Amino acid sequence: MSETYETVAGIAQTWGLVLFVVAFALVVAYAFWPGKKRKKEIEDAANIPLKED
Amino acid sequence: MRFGEAALLVVFALLAFLSIIVAAKAYTAAYAFHAYLFAAGSIAAVFAIGNRYMDRPAGTVPQLVDGKPNYNFGVVKFGVIAAVVWGVAGFLAGDLAAWQLAFPAFNLDTSWLSFGRLRPLHTSAVIFAFGGNVLLSTSFYVVQRTSHARLAGDLAPWFVILGYNFFIVIAGTGYLLGITQSKEYAEPEWYADLWLTVVWVTYLLVFVATIWKRREPHIYVANWFYLAFIITIAMLHLGNNVTIPVSLFSAKSYIYWSGVQDAMFQWWYGHNAVGFFLTAGFLAIMYYFIPKRAERPVYSYRLSIVHFWALIFIYIWAGPHHLHYTALPDWAQTLGMTFSVILWMPSWGGMINGLMTLSGAWDKLRTDPVIRMMVVSVAFYGMSTFEGPMMAVKAVNSLSHYTEWTVGHVHSGALGWVAYISFGAIYCLVPWLWNKPNMYSVKAISWHFWISTLGIVLYISSMWVAGIMQGLMWRAYTGLGFLEYSFIETVDAVHPLYVIRATGGLLFVAGGLIMAWNVWKTINMPQAVAEQKLALAPAE
Amino acid sequence: MASQGTSIWAKHQIFEKHTYWLMLGILIMISIGGLVEIAPLFYLKGTVETVQGMRPYTPLELVGRNIYIREGCYNCHSQMIRPLRDEVERYGHYSLAAESMYDHPFQWGSKRTGPDLARVGGKYSDIWHQEHLHNPRSVVPASIMPAYPWLSQTKLNTKHVEQDMKVLRLEGVPYTDDDIAHAQADLVTQSTTDAEADAFQKRYPKAQVRDFDGNPGDLTEADALIAYLQMLGTLVDFKLYDNKANVR
Repeated sequence: MSETYETVAGIAQTWGLVLFVVAFALVVAYAFWPGKKRKKEIEDAANIPLKED
Repeated sequence: MRFGEAALLVVFALLAFLSIIVAAKAYTAAYAFHAYLFAAGSIAAVFAIGNRYMDRPAGTVPQLVDGKPNYNFGVVKFGVIAAVVWGVAGFLAGDLAAWQLAFPAFNLDTSWLSFGRLRPLHTSAVIFAFGGNVLLSTSFYVVQRTSHARLAGDLAPWFVILGYNFFIVIAGTGYLLGITQSKEYAEPEWYADLWLTVVWVTYLLVFVATIWKRREPHIYVANWFYLAFIITIAMLHLGNNVTIPVSLFSAKSYIYWSGVQDAMFQWWYGHNAVGFFLTAGFLAIMYYFIPKRAERPVYSYRLSIVHFWALIFIYIWAGPHHLHYTALPDWAQTLGMTFSVILWMPSWGGMINGLMTLSGAWDKLRTDPVIRMMVVSVAFYGMSTFEGPMMAVKAVNSLSHYTEWTVGHVHSGALGWVAYISFGAIYCLVPWLWNKPNMYSVKAISWHFWISTLGIVLYISSMWVAGIMQGLMWRAYTGLGFLEYSFIETVDAVHPLYVIRATGGLLFVAGGLIMAWNVWKTINMPQAVAEQKLALAPAE
Repeated sequence: MASQGTSIWAKHQIFEKHTYWLMLGILIMISIGGLVEIAPLFYLKGTVETVQGMRPYTPLELVGRNIYIREGCYNCHSQMIRPLRDEVERYGHYSLAAESMYDHPFQWGSKRTGPDLARVGGKYSDIWHQEHLHNPRSVVPASIMPAYPWLSQTKLNTKHVEQDMKVLRLEGVPYTDDDIAHAQADLVTQSTTDAEADAFQKRYPKAQVRDFDGNPGDLTEADALIAYLQMLGTLVDFKLYDNKANVR
């Protein structure tokens, strides 16, 4: 049982860490990537609270 | 008479009848009292529905007036006032409990107000009564404004807000009378839970049906968070309250789960009451009120998408960090710790999104105390969501668990984040709802802000010191290898910090009272005064 | 959708524009964590250890436990000793999951404003508990615990204890028909000194029999609460407990 723990902890502290840092960086990059396709639509959706009726 | 009115009349008449039977045969006086409350509430509902039917104009309420949505703000107004009243009451109960820990004479040797019964009253009053009414009223406001449609349902919204507040009354009086199932933040007994389930399902229906009526292609971000909050709270409430009552005539029930499974269910519930009631719901407030008040759209719409899904997926896993080093299996503890640490990321993503919405308008921090309150609240959110993952690490938790550090952590989130974003929303809503140019006294908002900020600082810093001191003293050894302190020595050592904490709490209560006064004066401000104020307001 | 490209952001619109999809997405996302963490606890062997000595609460202890819950003792007292050196030395052997297997609900607590009570049974005398509940400062001058003077003055309400036991049996607590039939008699037996207690103690091994509140005439709430406190942590015999057999 303790060997399993060592193995899991070993993976988590090396490759697991790299994986999560990369995934995090990708998600952040994606969130801020200046896409064009939906620009107008996204702006529309974000502006909903500011629209007066 | 509409079908809904007739059906509700019949249901409430039957409920009144049933309640009277239960009251007559109840095992305890406390339960009989609750049954009578149910009877009184039901009869009042019958009369209210009847009166409304007599007075209201025939035909259905128009959805549009002059081409604009005919918003239903009555329930929102009720919720805002209820939030202010419950807020002050809940802060007061908490501060009395704080003084009881500093000076036990404040327990007054009476069963009703002893600490063990007052503490759940405090937690429920601030979380469910104050926080709950803020969430109900803001969600009913936001879903209408962002859908450009009138709230769905005729009696249903009123059933939700009144029924919810009735639940609060049952829960609160129950604690004082000793009716509790002892599950933290889920103390109300089976009949209160059943009632809340009916109210909550109605709430979900009203909310979703209003989204269906929207005149916008998109469902706005804030509504995703409200929806996640409503759905998840329903799931948690059902999972953590699987009880079998001893009898229809008894307030007592026994939870189906036992021991280690019950502990896991409880903290799955408990932590996600924090995650979805006190976080997702209030993030919805952040995503509407900060952009609205700052008059700029949310910083990054895409970030809010990532924030939303990551937050709701990861939060659910974090419960076991309340059970580190307990008899819960290690694998579950490790999962809980891992996800708690990962949770830091989406939390800060949300914080960045909230704060950066102000970019290009930072000067408003200086000129608008309401914006200041909401921005500081998001900053507190960032601080608490850093501290939380840190405390969820087992090594840290071995020291912090069972100590006042946990209490300090909870309050940096509850006072700094939840209460401040709520105050901000209330200060926005009151003038909007009652058609006033601004709050009666903008200066009083600043006073509220500074007094309660001082209170929060006293509160959390004293609890940090107390908690770390407790943790260190409990594990201190003498040179000969004996435990250095008896337990009571550690109790004695934190006494001065308890006094500081209670003083901080008193400042927070004072801030709440200033707000209540300001809200009252604003609502009752004559239109002439309002116009005069508007004319005198400096141009921005 | 295809017309708008294959970007994730374009695909995500389905959640932004359709309530059903949004609700379904939420439901799936919030279900996974709970399922993974909770469901295995019901079938993984070793979650609850195999131990000797655990038994259901006697009727008196059960009623006492309900008073403990009613007064909110769990707000300040944990019943969960962690396997850390100082805790084991201060409070005794670390708590096992098996020790709360009949606890509906569990009482592990989350805060130690006062000390842990998982093994408080037998640590103090009945008289100490009577004094302590009546006025904690009379025996521990620096204590900040509330006083509970009404407990020794309130007659114990035991009218429906059989119903409580039946509900607990429904939930898996192994009360026998015999236990339930004798519930009222057991309440009297356990709280008086002159009754014949052999049959009772055979059904509830290690049950302590005496007048707990120092007032032989009346069966009070203090009787029940002290009976509960005095049995806490006393059931499992740790001289016989084999930790190796329960490696998780």
